[in-house]
Amino acid sequence: MIENTKCECGHNNPIGTILCEYCGKPLLEETKEKKTIEQEMRYEGKARRSQIKHKNFIDQVWSFFSSVKVAIILILITLIAAGIGSLLPQERVAATSNPELFYSQEYGIWGEWFYKLGLSDMYNSWWFMTLLAMIGVSLVICSLDRVIPLYRALKNQKVEKSTDFLLRQRISYQESVADEKKEEKFDALTTALKKRRYQIRQEGDSILAEKGRISRWGPYINHIGLIIFLLGVLLRFLIPGWYLDQAMYIQEGQTRKVPDTPYYVKNEKFIVEQYDGKFAGIPKKYQTKLILYQQDSSGNLKPVHRGSAIVNHPFEYKDLFLVQVDAQTNLKGIKLKLMDKKSQQSKGTFLVDLGNIKPNQVYTVGSNLEVRALEYYPDFALENGRPITKSQEVVKPAFIFEVKEKGQKEGERSWVISGENADALTPENKYVIKLAGFEMIPTSGLLVRIDKSLPIIFVGGFICLIGLAMGFYWHHRRVWIRYKDGVLYLGAHTNKSWFSLRRELNQVGKQSGIDLKLVQE
Amino acid sequence: MEQLMENLLLCTFFLYLLSSVAFVMGIKGKKGEEPKQRERKWGNIAVGLAIIGVVFQIAFTITRIFISGHFPTSNMFEFTAFLCFTVVLSFIVLFFIYRTVVLGAFVMPLAVILLAYASVFPKDIQPLIPALQSHWLYIHVTVAALGSGAFAVGFAAGLVYLINQVGNKKSGKNAAYLEVTLVVVLMWVSFILSSFVSGALGYQAEITAQIEGKQVTQKFDLPPIFGPHEGKVVKMDSFLGQKEPLFEVPSWMKGQNAAKNVNSTFWGIITGLILYGLIRLFTKKRLTEILYPLVKKWNPELLDEISYRSIAIGFPIFTLGALIFAMIWAHEAWGRFWGWDPKEVWALITWLFYSVYLHLRLSRGWHGMKSSWLAVGGYVIIMFNQIVINMVISGLHSYA
Ligand code: HEM
Repeated sequence: MIENTKCECGHNNPIGTILCEYCGKPLLEETKEKKTIEQEMRYEGKARRSQIKHKNFIDQVWSFFSSVKVAIILILITLIAAGIGSLLPQERVAATSNPELFYSQEYGIWGEWFYKLGLSDMYNSWWFMTLLAMIGVSLVICSLDRVIPLYRALKNQKVEKSTDFLLRQRISYQESVADEKKEEKFDALTTALKKRRYQIRQEGDSILAEKGRISRWGPYINHIGLIIFLLGVLLRFLIPGWYLDQAMYIQEGQTRKVPDTPYYVKNEKFIVEQYDGKFAGIPKKYQTKLILYQQDSSGNLKPVHRGSAIVNHPFEYKDLFLVQVDAQTNLKGIKLKLMDKKSQQSKGTFLVDLGNIKPNQVYTVGSNLEVRALEYYPDFALENGRPITKSQEVVKPAFIFEVKEKGQKEGERSWVISGENADALTPENKYVIKLAGFEMIPTSGLLVRIDKSLPIIFVGGFICLIGLAMGFYWHHRRVWIRYKDGVLYLGAHTNKSWFSLRRELNQVGKQSGIDLKLVQE
Repeated sequence: MEQLMENLLLCTFFLYLLSSVAFVMGIKGKKGEEPKQRERKWGNIAVGLAIIGVVFQIAFTITRIFISGHFPTSNMFEFTAFLCFTVVLSFIVLFFIYRTVVLGAFVMPLAVILLAYASVFPKDIQPLIPALQSHWLYIHVTVAALGSGAFAVGFAAGLVYLINQVGNKKSGKNAAYLEVTLVVVLMWVSFILSSFVSGALGYQAEITAQIEGKQVTQKFDLPPIFGPHEGKVVKMDSFLGQKEPLFEVPSWMKGQNAAKNVNSTFWGIITGLILYGLIRLFTKKRLTEILYPLVKKWNPELLDEISYRSIAIGFPIFTLGALIFAMIWAHEAWGRFWGWDPKEVWALITWLFYSVYLHLRLSRGWHGMKSSWLAVGGYVIIMFNQIVINMVISGLHSYA
């Protein structure tokens, strides 16, 4: 192929130029033979970096990522992957401690493979992140590759283009017009075009009418928005402390440390409301009244903020969000009854507050009895004959108590295991401890969230939207008109919606006494 | 008040139906009549009916807000009815840009189908659970639905384009796929019809089963050919002498209404095929052939452009509603702007799909046939999200 970059009009074009920057004439041999140059008009026929012939490594990477074909493939892969991931619940939603077992038990062989292929937590996986990052890189390179030449071309547009350029537009027209009629036609055309809010530039016997150029920048602005958005997402993983996603349960009245933060929080009151009347049983409101504390230098808790977490209205303090997500009623305490075995007489009751058992805690019962908690197993089990606790959750609480009469030096040991009769373990005992009831307490489930990328992400989204609106609600339309040697030439171009442009120009023509025959009415 | 609301909805339905008929009249052109004039006349009547229908639907919506105290987009009935509303609204906008009567002859029936489909779901008003008490939710749902409405018009225009191009072809892949697409639409319609017939006959069945540890009773409006896994019949009107479901759905189908949905799908497919068989038998024509005369004289470039234009108008709106507003709401409700909930994932898939459509069209020159197929495919994804994801893969968003 001949690399001819100097146009017949005398203008020197950079290598890779398709249409002369000055007069718009096709430069490449293969373009010269084409009936229309619609394809070539997309970037005004400018040279782009990705199109250059001799390539080093960087050029190759550049070309790869600047290809829209590659972008489409990346988007398609992301789309399909995202769809597959939604078929079974993700690990976080399934909230299971043993995902491997969970998937194979619940979903059989499919679940097993879902887990094995890493699809059960795919949205956080390295390869999904890589896909998003590649789309991001592609967006940057692709946009840079095109927007700069496009910007230059549109800014330096010449009014007078070669008739060749005009006639090879997708919409074109020519008609012989007598010299003395020329002025009249030009006036009529400009008036009609101005009425349709075209901006008119006239130089000698040439007119360039243009409107909606902002539409051309739309895709780039929308891509910039997407880049900012993706950057925001990426930063959450890169900068420590930018992103926190934890959960906590907190009983009414309890004060707990907020996981992974310097704060403590107190649940003052947990309100659960239901609809009444015919809709009884349907929840109406969940609200936790909270006080947030921070430890001062001497270790005391100092309140810094109070407020409520309501579903859809999180509690906010600086970057921290506490989000109301769950409501439970939890076991707060166990009421126990101390009985004399022989007489079967109750000596009194005592309450064990499960959230607040100190070692060697002593409960006084009646007037002369003391019960001391020696051991506490929240999740009791026997392992090789020895008592252990399987976890710190209150699942099957068990205790060893020491029961002592006042003044007595050594009391007797007594087991209490929920759901079992432990009396048989200590047949010699004088006293027996029996279950007398439970005390329940409402417990609020909160999400603990910090997401410092949020402003970046939303700004990105907003910019993307502005770009989309610019690109889609405006259309870049240009009409070139030229009078040369007794012939009136007209060529028109739009970046989208050709039919609408045809219809518009047909109207313009009608008002100027030219039958353009662009649409049949 | 409730009676008024019912009546308003009924009026809306008939206005859309009449509008569809008027649009078809507009393109049916008799001999000896000036087609342009006929089109103009019937087009004006039809779009007028559609506009009055929209006004009635707005009145319906307002009445419902009065009764329930919240914007009606919080269950399948309300949301599907609203989707129908957005389709008509988008169509009216596009009609005033392009004035193509043929488009109305396809979009308005689609609106009628959507509204009828909405009525298959329970219409009773439910109070809002806390998770749904947010203004952002309404904003998000309504704007996303508006975007989908524009996509629906893009779909209809794509369909018209395809019929225009291959409707007279006896064979070929495109003709075959197009016929399948139309048969699927027919199945949808016949499911709705059979629901109405069954409802009018007062058919009822209740089957109870253990689902995820809870005893759930499913009410069937259509005779249960499929029942829940290990279900017990509470009551069942006999259907062709049959007193209990013929089949059980497999145990991995866990949705509360999984059996009911499988059953509905089954009825849709069977009655759809029967209806299709009858149509073929009596007209001796394929569906594409029946529709072809209605669309053959339209300029394909125009149809292609309308399809693209609808999607172009819908894309920013969909982005705003289904992604940006959704993120704002999710941030308030769950503290995370994105949770990879199935419904969210499918909104993202829809968006990515349409962005692929736009890129292919712009950079690879996918116009005409390919572009129209993508417009059809996009709407299939939307409907998949609306129907299958809502009712089968239950997530945080599921209504039913
Ligand atoms: C999810 C990601 C993306 C979205 C939502 C998106 C969206 C869009 C939209 C809406 C347009 C305008 C289309 C039209 O006017 O019909 C566009 C154009 C374009 N996009 Fe993207 N895009 C994405 C990713 C990419 C990537 C990764 C590339 C990189 C190769 C890319 C390259 C382009 C190009 C070259 C144009 C044409 C600009 C023009 O000719 O004026 N896009 N994009």
